[in-house]
Amino acid sequence: MTSRSPIPSAPWLLAGPGALFFFGLVLLPLALTVILSFQAYDHSTGIQNTFTLSHYITVVTDGYYLEIFWRTLRIAALTTLICAAIGVPEAYILSRMRDPWRSVFLLVIIGPLLVSVVVRTFGWSMLLGSQGLVNQALQFVGFAPARILYTETAIVIALVHVMLPFMVIPVWTALQKLDPMVEAAAWTLGASHLTALRRVVMPQVTLGMLSGSLIVFGLSASAFAVPALLGGRRLKMAATLVYDEYLQELNWPLGATIAIIVLVANLCIMLAYNRMVEARARRTLG
Amino acid sequence: MAFLTLKGVSKEFGMFTAVRDVSLTIDKGEFVSLLGPSGCGKTTTLQMIAGLVEPTEGRISLDGRDITREKPNRRGLGVVFQSYALFPHMTVAQNVAFGLEMRRVPQAERTDRVREALVLVQLSSFADRYPRQLSGGQRQRVAIARALVIAPPVLLLDEPLSNLDAKLREEMQFELRRIQRKVGTTTIMVTHDQAEALSISDRVVVMEGGRMTQVDAPYRLYEQPSNAFISSFVGKTNLLAGTWRRNGTTNAADIGGALLEASAPEIAAGTPVTLSIRPEKILLCDAGAGRLEGRVASRFFLGSQWLFTVETPIGIMTVSTPNLGVEPAAEGSPVGLDWSPDNMRIIAGTAAAA
Ligand SMILES: Nc1ncnc2c1ncn2[C@@H]1O[C@H](COP(=O)(O)OP(=O)(O)OP(=O)(O)O)[C@@H](O)[C@H]1O
Ligand SMILES: [Mg+2]
Repeated sequence: MTSRSPIPSAPWLLAGPGALFFFGLVLLPLALTVILSFQAYDHSTGIQNTFTLSHYITVVTDGYYLEIFWRTLRIAALTTLICAAIGVPEAYILSRMRDPWRSVFLLVIIGPLLVSVVVRTFGWSMLLGSQGLVNQALQFVGFAPARILYTETAIVIALVHVMLPFMVIPVWTALQKLDPMVEAAAWTLGASHLTALRRVVMPQVTLGMLSGSLIVFGLSASAFAVPALLGGRRLKMAATLVYDEYLQELNWPLGATIAIIVLVANLCIMLAYNRMVEARARRTLG
Repeated sequence: MAFLTLKGVSKEFGMFTAVRDVSLTIDKGEFVSLLGPSGCGKTTTLQMIAGLVEPTEGRISLDGRDITREKPNRRGLGVVFQSYALFPHMTVAQNVAFGLEMRRVPQAERTDRVREALVLVQLSSFADRYPRQLSGGQRQRVAIARALVIAPPVLLLDEPLSNLDAKLREEMQFELRRIQRKVGTTTIMVTHDQAEALSISDRVVVMEGGRMTQVDAPYRLYEQPSNAFISSFVGKTNLLAGTWRRNGTTNAADIGGALLEASAPEIAAGTPVTLSIRPEKILLCDAGAGRLEGRVASRFFLGSQWLFTVETPIGIMTVSTPNLGVEPAAEGSPVGLDWSPDNMRIIAGTAAAA
């Protein structure tokens, strides 16, 4: 028999370092940002110690900011959708592969995570540029060169590339849990491959797909490097906007306001989505 | 009339041969059991018939049609999987209805047939539960209902009763047998329970290490096992290793000095042999009256019978006697063993293990 812990405060002591870490690196800066967003700002004298709501009012009434928010939402949603459309079949194929190949392809999918996002994004800007490989190929086939770099298309392409592993891995995990004989059972009962996929495999995978979507959406909506490098100066997303307010305009309170609004919006969308996912999970999987 | 035929079927997984050269002909309406120890290739054989594992060699034909390369969803066979393979996101009723849905059976008829199938497996009140809310035995019965409801020409059952209690198992055996008789469904059942294989099959196929070693009616399999492994796997037996002797008209085996009479005219003198005698073929009698002397080492009461282990000069013998309502020989008491020489089987060669 092991005796009961002699120090009643042991749990607190054990959780202490983690809690301190969390407090110091997440809660404290967040609180400071919230406070900052309510402070007045003057172009000649800088940050004032007076309380104001003006930044919030500016952001929600100015069409310039609203357009950027709307673009962020659109790009994140589109990226999530494309990641699901590519990632789910990819994960299925991966789960049905035999061993040497499965390990190889898993590495191919996860490999990009080992390279810095900045490096990968520069790679895309070289490929998509006006004299890049893609345009050269287009011209070679006889099409007019297209302007891809510094458009939303370029951002979505690069984001999909960056985010795909975050979709493939949860779906793959869900598939690993499914007894392969369950799909076989559907075949023996007369279902074609496609019907078995639709009726038996997909419902099992949905949960993995939904949690993958959550990760992809959250990361895309707050992505910085990709829109900064592929969107150019004019095509801003939420994160690049915050960056510009802080470092170009030096209007820290306004930057903080935008950051808080993005955080709250992201939180709302993800919580609502998670609610839906969990309700579904409880119904089908328990 | 051959309905289902396997001809020289083999399956290799890389370097490992799971099933080796299996040839089998099954008539329409026959009930065949595949019996063998764990890992001998029973599931693999069944899945090759179902179309889920592609044979490396050989041909399989059904009703005169070669189905070796046919897709499983075109074969229309009913399969009960060893792992049940129920659809976890569907209710019991939806699971059972799935095959009918795929066959485009009208809604009303579908409901009726699902209800009948659930009555058959005694799960009517569980129709709206999900598989995860069922016990192992209940899941197994859902799997049986799901395979039966489509009324397939061939039923492939992979240990379909392994998780049921004795009474339910007997009832399900009876139901399977009844359906097979009534509808004439050809049934192949995998089992490693020899009693189950003997009690409900028309024929039993014994598999060992991927090979088919004997195919026979249950009674003949029990009485004339073709090797020592089968005689000890199918029922209990006493295996005695010795040397064959012939002097004049008597044929006998020399087991550690004792000569035991048996008949096997074709064996040459001096050949090592293994004798096999079933425990229930041996009679217990008073000490000095039988062919062999011994002392009761232990006895077990099994309800309808007693099982004795008796120490004899040629080794430990297992003996079973019917329970006649009186207390039999006590542990430690000397007894005699007697039997009819006709019941002593000779299996050429030495047994691997008794
Ligand atoms: N996909 C596979 N890859 C490699 N080996 C396999 C595969 N499937 C089965 N085997 C091997 O083939 C042999 C036969 O397997 P099988 O499942 O047919 O056994 P079984 O007779 O059904 O056993 P049990 O009674 O335990 O179910 C086993 O030794 C198993 O390890
Ligand atoms: Mg098996």
